Amino acid sequence: MTKVKSLADLKAMREKLQSTLDVREKAENPESLVQIKVAMATCGIAAGAKQVMEHMMNKASELGIAAVFTQTGCMGYCHAEPTLEVRVPGKDPIVFGHVDNNRADEILTKYVQNGELVEGIIPVNYETIDK
Amino acid sequence: MKELSLHVYDLMENSIAANAKDVSLTIRDSLKDNDYHFTIQDNGKGMTPEFMAKVTDPYTTTRTTRKVGLGLPLIKMNSENCGGGMKLSSEVGVGTTLEFWFQHDHWDRPPMGDLEGTIVMLVSQHEDIHFVYKHITDKGEYVFDTDEIKEALDGMSMNDLSIISYLKEMIRENLDEIGANE
Repeated sequence: MTKVKSLADLKAMREKLQSTLDVREKAENPESLVQIKVAMATCGIAAGAKQVMEHMMNKASELGIAAVFTQTGCMGYCHAEPTLEVRVPGKDPIVFGHVDNNRADEILTKYVQNGELVEGIIPVNYETIDK
Repeated sequence: MKELSLHVYDLMENSIAANAKDVSLTIRDSLKDNDYHFTIQDNGKGMTPEFMAKVTDPYTTTRTTRKVGLGLPLIKMNSENCGGGMKLSSEVGVGTTLEFWFQHDHWDRPPMGDLEGTIVMLVSQHEDIHFVYKHITDKGEYVFDTDEIKEALDGMSMNDLSIISYLKEMIRENLDEIGANE
């Protein structure tokens, strides 16, 4: 494959891509996809959240998991960075702490694909008392 | 932070948190002048002089989850430890300019790290913000402008794995050509 170097190359690549699948669909219905939020404040960045996020994006596409990755600010669990929140459609979101590349793989293959829980869950309650 | 690109990521997030619409990053990377110079400029909400006076205090932050804010104190410490420094200027309602610089050949200067990954991650996560990244070396300069990218992509989202890898490749190729980060 030729390397992308100029805007013209990028344009050519885009045309090639458009004929292939999912780019548009993804943006249209994020609710039906696995949503992964990575905490990306000073604490997260210093702990390596960027590298974990990149790894996870690649792994998810390798496994064929349709997921949306977004970054978020500090979730307040600076002691357990890198942290990320995984929301599988139809389930409550779960926050995982101390996520490295191995743990990220585990989250995808065990939790997202098979619904098994893995280590490193930070208990979070999203419901208020008067509910 | 172990890499300069992580500082850049962190500090540009500040601009985004200040509701900036335009954010620019300029890196002057000169072996001749022995200077590694970063300028981040935004048109966000800016800071009052009172807030700016205490902003490098680690116990000053705007986040609500806890009382510690380390982004600016860390870059101040890191640049000053490497024969450089940090300068901040800001005006409420106009924006903020942050400059920090390192002695290029200083022993303790962290490596640049994955700069192209950082830039692409930032722009793909914040598609509504206009980023301009300029890298100047002794051999030339390269400008990455998200308006141009958006035009080339013609409505396709940047937050797509293949687009991300193309953009990274594009930045890396151009940086290699001007001998950045040698």
